[in-house]
Amino acid sequence: MLDILGLQFRAALFHLVRSYFCGQDFLEVDTPIRQPVLLPESNITPMASGAWFLQTSPELCMKRLLARQGQNIFQICPCFRADERGSRHLEEFTMLEWYRSDGDYFDLMADCRALVDYVIEGLNQREKYGAIVARSCFGTMVVDKEWQTVTVAEAFSRWGKMPLEEALNSKRFDEVIAIDIEPHLGLQSPTFLCDYPAECASLARLKKEDANLAERFELYIDGMELANGFSELTDASEQRIRFEEELDRIEQRDGARPPMPEKFLADLDRLDRAAGIAFGLDRLLMLLLSVSTIDEVVSLSADDWFE
Amino acid sequence: MFSASDLRKGLKILIDNEPHIIVDFQFSKPGKGQALYRTKLKNMITGSQFSNTYRSNDKFEKAELEERKMQYLYNQADEYHFMDTENYEQLFLTGEQLGDNINYLVDNMEVEVLFFGPRPIDISLPIFVNLTVTQADPWARGDTSGTDTKPITVETGYKLNVPPFVEEGDKIQIDTRSGEYVTRVKE
Repeated sequence: MLDILGLQFRAALFHLVRSYFCGQDFLEVDTPIRQPVLLPESNITPMASGAWFLQTSPELCMKRLLARQGQNIFQICPCFRADERGSRHLEEFTMLEWYRSDGDYFDLMADCRALVDYVIEGLNQREKYGAIVARSCFGTMVVDKEWQTVTVAEAFSRWGKMPLEEALNSKRFDEVIAIDIEPHLGLQSPTFLCDYPAECASLARLKKEDANLAERFELYIDGMELANGFSELTDASEQRIRFEEELDRIEQRDGARPPMPEKFLADLDRLDRAAGIAFGLDRLLMLLLSVSTIDEVVSLSADDWFE
Repeated sequence: MFSASDLRKGLKILIDNEPHIIVDFQFSKPGKGQALYRTKLKNMITGSQFSNTYRSNDKFEKAELEERKMQYLYNQADEYHFMDTENYEQLFLTGEQLGDNINYLVDNMEVEVLFFGPRPIDISLPIFVNLTVTQADPWARGDTSGTDTKPITVETGYKLNVPPFVEEGDKIQIDTRSGEYVTRVKE
């Protein structure tokens, strides 16, 4: 739970994020939080709301808008994911997402850097916020130094307890990332972990020069994962194949097969060269406020309701 | 049965038919990846600790444990004897099973003995216990060594640091969770 200074700081951060994107000619949108169909993701469990669902991310709606309107857009909104609870996870959390109608994952990495620079500079203009930032990892790490880029393959050979191939084959890829690799990322300066194996592409486009890799990255600062972005896969038939595989996994687990997001696939065909990213604002606040649990950066967390 | 999403610090589960307590717990979920339930576990019988990572579909059986109110009687070598205050049944635990708890056991003290099935595996003490100081050097006034504590010994043989005004024969309160001095007790 935040005190009054914390609430003011959170509001100031949100204000700066909005002002950054408006200055870049992104349109702020607000898409429906309740949706009848979700993007099939077997690793994310949605929460029901009546016969519909609460969004696990605004990705589906925002990409449909992007395809139809061709305008760069951003949104700050709550997302809901069942059973995700930990020092860095709340079942309800605040996501910042932005989409470029013409661009790729390199453009998104540049956006991340410009956004963080803009936010820190804005906070530093107010003495009471600047003092808080100075005490955080942003006060000690060299944010204005070149941000680092590490490929997934490099990260595995440096820190992984097993080779990348073996981790993928034994389905321990996520475990090696979370336990062995994450703690090393973004310590000196913010770091992009990029070029994920095609198996972990989800909705990302594969690299033209190497179809084993996806144009996907994650931003890490001080060992914490902050954002996941990629060049969008805009080939609807390829996306349908990936969704079918994902739906197979969900059906195998739950015994029921969710519907295919047909409207999304229809709109996807209109997109050409797009890129989009999800950025956890609560986690950015954790870093700025130097706190170790996500509960400390929201106005009221789940635990604030009970004795 | 528990599922992985029930895991949390303090939960007691069965692994290889032995009770284990989760002493540290961390949920993590990288990127669009699968949920990982990272635990540090302590075997409640042997005390050995190890780390293990679980997945969403893992299931766990609850460790059925029972606490009984008992009185500490005496120790003979490494055997620490207790008596059930209701049925006068007697049993003992070893020094190894009791760990640091032996520092605070005095005759007739009431404790909770933890049972796994018929087998006593541990005890829980009151948070605060009062023990008599059996050895303390007098406080040398004008001692400018800069320390504001001195070492003493209490009736169980346990040694700890206390403020300089504590003297031999005093009764002091100790926090059994940290093993530290709390206050001097007037009788």
